[in-house]
Amino acid sequence: MGEAPAIEAEGVVKNFGRTTALAGLDLTVPRGTVYGLLGPNGAGKTTAVRTFATLLRPDGGRARVLGSDVVTHAARVRSVIGLTGQYAALDEYLSARANLVMIGRLSRLTAAEAGRCAGDLLERFGLTDAAGRAVKTYSGGMRRRLDLAASLIGSPEVLFLDEPTTGLDPRSRAVMWDIIRALTAGGTTLLLTTQYLEEADQLAARIAVIDGGRVIAEGTPGELKSAVGGERIAVDLAAGGDVEAAITALKPFSAGPAVASEDGLRLEAPVVLSDGLTTTVVRALDAAGVQVTEVSIRRASLDDVFLSLTGHSAEGKVAA
Amino acid sequence: MTSAVLSPGRGVTRQAGRFAGFVTDVWVLTKRSLARIRREPETLAEVTIQPILFVLMFTYVFGGAIGIPGGGSYHEYLIGGMLGMGLAQTAPGTAVAVVTDMSTGLIDRFRSLPMSRAAVLSARTVADLLTQVIGAIVVAGVGLAIGWRVHTGPGDIIAAFALALLFGYAFTWVGACLGMVLRSPEAAQQSGFVIFLPLTFISSAFVPTQGMPGWLQPVAEWNPMSALAAACRHLFGNPNPAAAVHAWPMQHPQLAVIAWSVAMLVVFAPLAVRLYRRKALG
Repeated sequence: MGEAPAIEAEGVVKNFGRTTALAGLDLTVPRGTVYGLLGPNGAGKTTAVRTFATLLRPDGGRARVLGSDVVTHAARVRSVIGLTGQYAALDEYLSARANLVMIGRLSRLTAAEAGRCAGDLLERFGLTDAAGRAVKTYSGGMRRRLDLAASLIGSPEVLFLDEPTTGLDPRSRAVMWDIIRALTAGGTTLLLTTQYLEEADQLAARIAVIDGGRVIAEGTPGELKSAVGGERIAVDLAAGGDVEAAITALKPFSAGPAVASEDGLRLEAPVVLSDGLTTTVVRALDAAGVQVTEVSIRRASLDDVFLSLTGHSAEGKVAA
Repeated sequence: MTSAVLSPGRGVTRQAGRFAGFVTDVWVLTKRSLARIRREPETLAEVTIQPILFVLMFTYVFGGAIGIPGGGSYHEYLIGGMLGMGLAQTAPGTAVAVVTDMSTGLIDRFRSLPMSRAAVLSARTVADLLTQVIGAIVVAGVGLAIGWRVHTGPGDIIAAFALALLFGYAFTWVGACLGMVLRSPEAAQQSGFVIFLPLTFISSAFVPTQGMPGWLQPVAEWNPMSALAAACRHLFGNPNPAAAVHAWPMQHPQLAVIAWSVAMLVVFAPLAVRLYRRKALG
């Protein structure tokens, strides 16, 4: 086996009718990493995953998984990947165990191997007690767990998880996070899509921010945060405070443009941290005649990254 | 969770051979469809309750009003036609099952597995063939109960059922194609009324073609359903007025059934698999 990366995409284009889902996606996912594909709904995350998993044929560009082209060597790609989509890919009328055995057999395991593998996975995902029940009686969280278990059959080298926690309650989400963290201990490459900034931050070693069908930023969560300014200063103005004056007063200290909140009572700007920064800023604002209630420093979040890269917040676009 | 089961690389035995793989895939997926029937036996209604109702209605409601050219009992005439209807009737069920499958995430999983591309639809048709066997037994059983009798030997009886099942199997691929083309289970269900009901009624399945208007007779005589009915009646030694009809399929009904069935299989099976691959690729 050569040293080809786990996933490589070069200018991948995919159109659905007149809608462009992928507009030249470039991506390199190193082996053995948890890689996050972060973006709002409609950014192209699912299309990207479906293309890598050989479910969609790209209209342009090329994509390779472990060095095998997803179009010309689709069969080889299929033998090394596992996929968990947004909708549980299970037979509702079969029991959990029967689902896993079926997928094991279809993954070319012998009957004995498939049975053993199903038993192991049910045990590890805490589903042994419910193993004989038809999947249609399962809760959303149990389905996701079983679905993830199904994608692990045959120990795939590259695993795709498409929005693994969308629609789950916080407790089920925490359970899924634990499971995903444990997965990565085995050295499996994991490509995870999410619209939750926190999820990417929690799970992924590297993140590609995707918007409008292309990657607009890439790096570790830390790198992405420092790209927008590692630290941010937040200034809460007293009611009736002069926003324009405050922005002018902040300018000498900030490493990028200041953003005012909608009600005009809070200003934020990236800053380069230095000793006594807060005190100096308070003095400058005071000198400019701006009344403030609080000045604080906080570390940039992925929300800030997203906002500064796309001009809209991740959640905002989701709601729209 | 330990990493043992999840570490990369497949330390598992790969079964050799594409064909062996295909057979395994079809077998595994056929068992899946049969498990569904075990959990919801009411899905068998279309090959059990429906044919029983049809046999009883035709025998006791219409039967007395239908004359058989050349004589003979309508009870004995009906069963040959009923077999064809009972089996072709499962095609809309195949279509519904395929549409439903295609709309779930399960198909995505199948398509991301290193399994045979043709297996999903093939398994569907095999499972439906098995339900057709049940349907054929039900038709024969209710036939015997109302006084249908066979006047030939075991060889002819086996040949008749074999032809009927070959014919029925060809129809499952028509259903699979419809399932790939139609968008909703409701539309697939409708195909039963729009396609398969006229196909059955404009044939000699229930009434001899001699009583139809002249312009309709050739349609009925070349209808594959008429060929199957004539072949079964001939092989069972039942009244077969079609023997007096000069159209080629009525003179050679067994050959006609085989020709129709093979033609349907050759056209619709590859077409269905192709549609499946195409649809799957978005």
